[in-house]
Amino acid sequence: MTTLTTIAPQSYEEVQAAICKDGRIFVRGGGSKPALSTPSALGDGAVLLDMRWLRGVVEYEPGEFVFTARAGSSLREIAVLLAEHGQHLPFDPPLVEQGATLGGTIAAGLSGSGRHRYGGLRDFLIGVRFVDGQGRLVRGGGKVVKNAAGFDLPKLMIGSLGRLGVIVEVSFKVFPQPSAYATLRVTQASLDAALTTIARLNGSSFDLEALDLVFEEERPTLYVRQGGFAAALAERQERLRAWLGGGEPLPESEEAAFWSASREFAWVPATWALVKTPVTLGVIPALDRVLQAAGAQRRYVAGAALAWIAWPGDLEQLDAYLTRLQLGGLALRGEAEWPFVGVRNGASLTARVKRVLDPFHRFPIL
Amino acid sequence: MNLDGLLGELKRRVPADRLLRKPAQLAPYESDALTAFRSRPAAVLLAETQEEVIQAVRLCHRYGVPFVARGSGTSLSGGSLPVENGLVIALNRLNRILRLDPAQRIAVVEPGVINLDVSRAAAPHGLYYAPDPSSQLICTIGGNVAFNSGGAHCLKYGMTVNHVLGLKAVLPDGEVVQLGGESLEQVGPDLTGFFVGSEGLFGVALEITLRLLPKPECYRTVLAAYDSLQAAGDAVASVVASGLLPGAMEIMDALAIEAAEAAVQAGYPRDAAALLIVELEGERIQVEAEFAHLMQVIESSNPKTVAVAKDDGERARIWKGRKSAFSAVGRLSPDYLVQDGVVPRSRLGEALATIERLSQDYGLRVANVFHAGDGNLHPLILFNGRIPGELERAEALAGEIIQMCIALGGSITGEHGVGMEKRHHMSSMFTETDLQIMAELRRALDPAELANRGKMFPQGEAPALHGRGPHPLEEQGVISRM
Repeated sequence: MTTLTTIAPQSYEEVQAAICKDGRIFVRGGGSKPALSTPSALGDGAVLLDMRWLRGVVEYEPGEFVFTARAGSSLREIAVLLAEHGQHLPFDPPLVEQGATLGGTIAAGLSGSGRHRYGGLRDFLIGVRFVDGQGRLVRGGGKVVKNAAGFDLPKLMIGSLGRLGVIVEVSFKVFPQPSAYATLRVTQASLDAALTTIARLNGSSFDLEALDLVFEEERPTLYVRQGGFAAALAERQERLRAWLGGGEPLPESEEAAFWSASREFAWVPATWALVKTPVTLGVIPALDRVLQAAGAQRRYVAGAALAWIAWPGDLEQLDAYLTRLQLGGLALRGEAEWPFVGVRNGASLTARVKRVLDPFHRFPIL
Repeated sequence: MNLDGLLGELKRRVPADRLLRKPAQLAPYESDALTAFRSRPAAVLLAETQEEVIQAVRLCHRYGVPFVARGSGTSLSGGSLPVENGLVIALNRLNRILRLDPAQRIAVVEPGVINLDVSRAAAPHGLYYAPDPSSQLICTIGGNVAFNSGGAHCLKYGMTVNHVLGLKAVLPDGEVVQLGGESLEQVGPDLTGFFVGSEGLFGVALEITLRLLPKPECYRTVLAAYDSLQAAGDAVASVVASGLLPGAMEIMDALAIEAAEAAVQAGYPRDAAALLIVELEGERIQVEAEFAHLMQVIESSNPKTVAVAKDDGERARIWKGRKSAFSAVGRLSPDYLVQDGVVPRSRLGEALATIERLSQDYGLRVANVFHAGDGNLHPLILFNGRIPGELERAEALAGEIIQMCIALGGSITGEHGVGMEKRHHMSSMFTETDLQIMAELRRALDPAELANRGKMFPQGEAPALHGRGPHPLEEQGVISRM
């Protein structure tokens, strides 16, 4: 591996200064997604920007339900601060305990199981400041929950992998956190049965915080999470259970732990690759046949909008499978020269944007 | 620019009755809902297929002719104002819902589909399309996408961008791109989200994949009357701070109440200085628990009266009054300007007090009807364009309101877009570098700046501002306001 100069900027100006020097720039936050933050083939003179020292909340007025923080702030410190005021990031960003940062979460474009209720990262990010490949500090969006002024640059940063710019400051809208949660565990006779149940739930008026399909010794099992006022929760869960025709409530002592373990990918074997793949209900049967045959572990979360794939082998094989199914994915862990697998659309538009924001190829290709 | 070249090619490709050239045919297209601006295009193409739109854009690119895509022309920021001597590509005939998949809760639609028609088509499956601009009876999804339209129910589920999963679009140089997909998730930069709200500058959306939501099991709609606008604004801040998450929170002031009552008899209390509508939605058991909590918050906000919609009929009437308020205010005054600034929600009371003071200073009436839960103001500045200098005074007042929004840390537009109207305020909200990068991005897609030229960016050439507001057709006596 190439030796890297590491710079740990503590101000936006230091990020700008680093980019104004020569050399390829590689960005790392908490390092919780090694496939995205382990530089490869950068050449001499490459610089690693360690963003963890660019941290701290810039602005947070709880009554406003909006906060602004430096991009290197960890999800954990933000979660603790929000929780003090009964608030949270409803899209349930993953890898909190493993040190993921706000900037890294945006650059990777990650939402968790909790995105089921109100939407994903893209629905809660309202503003960014980033430094582009020419060292220019740019702002897009704002600090209010509704804003239609100018091009939506925050959206460009989502999933940009630090290859269109270095995110230095972010603004999110937040929501009140439900005061209590309850989860129903519902085993399913088959994958088809599970998908049918998910389709029924997706079309129903039950307000679900999360709806995940996991395999417990290859047996499809649904975890259905509800949240709200504690006083109403037991009755709501009972109603849901009756509607589903079964299911056992997770004991209170296990409820939060289950979702936390899910958020941290505790189920993914340490040496395996981990790949995010956007899916729809319709494609899951074909995808799951391939994954099961290959011995992969997987979860279909957020009402079957998102597959997390734990892949034991070479990612090239998964790439071929996903391409055949016209699916695309992003490797978060695993050996990968190039983190994208399967198909990806919009490449020509991405290239045009990249020419504007990174004309001198300071960041890796995207 | 070679206009004759373009028109010659178009004439060969589409029947004469779909390529409008005569002044009388062009008049309806000279303005949109922001009637203070007017500009005559060289021609209007009534496109019927996606292929025609793609061809038209490619021809405009080849001949260097600016174009504006247009749906129903309901833009309040002048977003669909034609470019003088350019081409208007009218999309209303591309109004097919191509696919509706209730299991996956998506609809794939063409840009000319009317907003409300999506919900109508989804209704038999218990689903609906959430963004609900007041013009949803006539405005199109293509326009909603271009301007990232909002509505009364953005508080919980967001604006148009939060409901668009994928797009097929033709870029200004004729390249056709496919962005996003059918999943709620994606990898790589969120290009779909980047396209939405680009005000037509990135080209024309041809197919839009929309996310549908299940209809809530129940609603609870509360109507609280207050002695002052500030008290209603403070009540909103209290509801937000209480941790409740209503589906909608709207405020109307005395002038708006009077207008709405005169127009649709919504049953609003007429002696109130301000009216707050709060709507809870969701599972019945949860909503009942939230409702008890909401009523405590409302009671402690010193309302004059509080009423709760007893049934769907009453709820519908409350919303009809609210959604007709803009056009109803039109009855109170020959002309009006609508502003769309956003302030932090905790500063609402303060912002409203400032607007009241400005209204007195300028000697112009201002009606307020707005999305309070989002901090999205809609002051309607009433004026008479026949009185010399009044339009200019109204514009100056509007400018002060926008500057106040920026000073409070807000935005110049929440949902109407920048369009023609707020171009010169962009440089108060963004730095030169921000605007420079936006301009570079635009030119990366549209080097000749053909798509919706003159909009959003401060330096755009301005067509003459007209002294008074009626739409060109209204002037000719063809249409009239309700």
